[in-house]
Amino acid sequence: MADTHRPPEEFTLRMLRYDPESGEAPYWDEHTITLEPHRSVLEGILQARARFDGSIGIRCSCRAAICGSCGVRINGEPGLACHTHLDHARDSATDGVIEIEPMGNMPVIKDLIVDMDAVHWKKVQRVTPWLIAKQPVPEREYLASHESMVDITQTMACIQCGACVSDCLAMEVDPGFIGPAALAKAYRFVGDPRDAEHDARLRDLAHDPQGIYDCTHCFKCVEACPKDVNPMGQIMRLRRIAGSDFKIVDKNNGERHEAAFTTLVRDHGLLWEAELLPRSYGGNSRWGKFSPRAGKELISSLPAILKALARGKVTAMGALKPHKIPKRDLESVRSIYDRIEGREERYELNLYVTGHDEEEPTAAAGAGSAGSAPTTTSTEGSPG
Amino acid sequence: MPAHDVLIIGAGLAGQRAALAAALEGASVAIMSKVHPVRSHSVAAAGGINAAISVDDDWHSHAYDTVKGSDFLGDQDAIEIMCSEAPHEVMHLEHIGVTFHRNEKGELDLRAFGGASVKRTAYVADITGQAILHVLYEQLMKHHGRVERYEEWFTTSLVQDADGRCCGVVARNVRSGSMETFRAKNVILACGGAGQVYRPTTNALIVTGDGIAQAYRVGAPLMDMEMVQYHPTTLVENGLLITEGARGEGAVLLNSEGERFMEKYAPNKMELASRDVVSRAEQTEILEGRGVGADGSGIYLDITKVPRKRTLEALREIVNIGKDFAGVDITREPIMIRPGQHYIMGGVKTDVNGATSIEGLYAAGEVACVSVHGGNRLGANSLLDTLIFGRRAGEHAAKRALSIPMPDASDAQLHADVAMIDEILARERTGRRISEIKDELGDTMNQYVAVYRDQEGLQKAHEVIGRLKQEAQRAYIDDRGTVFNQDVLGAIELGYMLDCAEAIVVAAIERKESRGAQFRTDFPERNDEEWLKHIVISPNGDGPQVGYSPVTMTQWQPEERKY
Repeated sequence: MADTHRPPEEFTLRMLRYDPESGEAPYWDEHTITLEPHRSVLEGILQARARFDGSIGIRCSCRAAICGSCGVRINGEPGLACHTHLDHARDSATDGVIEIEPMGNMPVIKDLIVDMDAVHWKKVQRVTPWLIAKQPVPEREYLASHESMVDITQTMACIQCGACVSDCLAMEVDPGFIGPAALAKAYRFVGDPRDAEHDARLRDLAHDPQGIYDCTHCFKCVEACPKDVNPMGQIMRLRRIAGSDFKIVDKNNGERHEAAFTTLVRDHGLLWEAELLPRSYGGNSRWGKFSPRAGKELISSLPAILKALARGKVTAMGALKPHKIPKRDLESVRSIYDRIEGREERYELNLYVTGHDEEEPTAAAGAGSAGSAPTTTSTEGSPG
Repeated sequence: MPAHDVLIIGAGLAGQRAALAAALEGASVAIMSKVHPVRSHSVAAAGGINAAISVDDDWHSHAYDTVKGSDFLGDQDAIEIMCSEAPHEVMHLEHIGVTFHRNEKGELDLRAFGGASVKRTAYVADITGQAILHVLYEQLMKHHGRVERYEEWFTTSLVQDADGRCCGVVARNVRSGSMETFRAKNVILACGGAGQVYRPTTNALIVTGDGIAQAYRVGAPLMDMEMVQYHPTTLVENGLLITEGARGEGAVLLNSEGERFMEKYAPNKMELASRDVVSRAEQTEILEGRGVGADGSGIYLDITKVPRKRTLEALREIVNIGKDFAGVDITREPIMIRPGQHYIMGGVKTDVNGATSIEGLYAAGEVACVSVHGGNRLGANSLLDTLIFGRRAGEHAAKRALSIPMPDASDAQLHADVAMIDEILARERTGRRISEIKDELGDTMNQYVAVYRDQEGLQKAHEVIGRLKQEAQRAYIDDRGTVFNQDVLGAIELGYMLDCAEAIVVAAIERKESRGAQFRTDFPERNDEEWLKHIVISPNGDGPQVGYSPVTMTQWQPEERKY
């Protein structure tokens, strides 16, 4: 058994407070609390509230990372206060003081409480967040595969805490981006075999300039999510389904951009940057750049192209010729394509459902004494 | 002043189901909750929902299991309704989008649960409550034109007209601090139990008995309040719930001698006996010195018997809870648990349509007592209870609304509640802190009104509650603001909790026998002759008044209860 009886220690919490009624700017407020190190930051905040200052504002309820109320930033990183141990938080602090702030990308109402309605819930509402059931409705249950239901359970497991919204970089630049939580919710219906409107949903999200192709692939939401929902992964799955299965060529050039990207890497082993934009706009072939559409887009992209040239990111030669890599390496790259594209079904990474019955090499040591051996439960999984 | 045909207080499963049902009947509906609906405590229900949907099952069997689980205190007419309507309700949930896990034929898969004679628990991994709650909220978003939502509004009082009919509520907008009277032809209380009366508890911080106390204060009798469920598997660390689904999937309980001790207490059902039986068995092992852990106050739950892949897929949440809150990988080693407060079988007495004895006031879910759970609730029957009786209350209230005019509600209660809050805000810092009183209440209840009880301890708890009620009158708060003043709401909640605690203790003192969750060491036998009846607590001037109500029996006579 893990040693769970550790003596209480002192921890200092530095909270960003804001009282909307005072007319004052936000300020830092410190309290020192005493708790066992594996207790949560939320328990620390609640102790400070109970002992020293009842006016500390934070939404909280279940204490078990299931209600999604206590999303905050701890030492600058988004997460649930109830899901972060005090000792871990202290270790990640710069000066030994645990810093707690309200989440980002949403207006602050008071102290650690943000306005989720104004941002998060509005975005959820945007994705038509209910099942549009196939007709006719059967008398008993819809027949569905076990795998499909387990698959969408990953997005069903989203507790709407807003941690991913808090630090979404794309949303920071484009507040209109539908964002990780709402798009993960969208996958929950696109992945649901009982839903009748997969095509319409995907078209809607692909053509919306602030939809699935607005994600910049930064992984922030994947790191932030306390429930392994993997929002960015769900967005990528929406793209794959929209592009590959439903052949939706969106007006944002998202689908062509991805196709051009993969084609260029397959053909040349490395990305040919100068071809990427023209093909994204004009079509995924060497003739793409001659399409009138590409010309128009190229003109509008001229400032970016000039900047790239000025900074040496692209050279005139590079624009004319692709990068060259040794033939053997190029063959290796192509064999990856052959292998993946040769599969009968696309593998989808779903961290929620995986895990093997395999025994670890050290299993012979016996389960009871496995005490402190680190084991990963969430990341081993189906081949991606 | 806003006015609605049906105003629902609480937005967990019972409340949301009631809202959707009432809206479908054509009523003008509003749902009000002190937290955002998806934060409601239904979200924490893990293991599943019972329904006799399998071809080799029958709702009569489900009903009998429920009657037996209740230790024959459940009302059999209500149990028949719940169990016979269960399959239809589960299919309805499936049709609106709940992602129930499937068997190899693509039909709903079913898992074993405590006290059930066959596998009849439909589930979504171990987040069934969350999955259903979120799907119902999807429906509320879909029907946003038909159901008004007051999210983060805290109800302070029920409003009655001159004839005692319920005609609305007074509520405070948590975000702005403004107070308002809401008129309604019908109010449905669906705001959950009172687990925070105990410390520790599996229940969320918001579960403070608001609705039970509000109804009681306007004269609605409470029933079965002595029946408080201790769940057999709560984390020693901090009282968090480890789902019964773990045992349903094959996990076993072990004492310090490595013995599977349930053999002694329930040789047939073993770990899947009803919760009162398993909790008592664990407590006996602990009291007799066979507990585990540094102070011997725990029991091992060994989930390593369940195939690892299955655990990761179907018990994902408790894998995380073990890892995050106890530092234990449950797929590799046992985890330390013990019985902990989990559920209140009692509540506001209602009929099978959710109607209370106050005209215009309904109750459904944990706040209510129909009574389908009697002395002990079976696992995975609570979600069912909330949905069946939430729907019935919603439908019934909507139909009632068709035939009556919108009542007038005066602002008298509003003024009283504003004054009540002003008084709390103005208190001198001389008394105790709210949090101190709450902690003492919780510790007292957990010490004296737990798995094993006796006259002396119950009496002591009663005295403590009396003193705490006095102290609560003068307890002070720090926050004097209006925006998100959670401090002042905490003071109001403390009052609700103390009312609930008092009713629990008075009823527990009254029942001089052992039945279901109530085990009196001074009256260790069940006594059908004298006590096969509900205890009803009504407000009477200053204190609670005890009364009785007969148990409705239809098909099943009391018999010895063995698992």
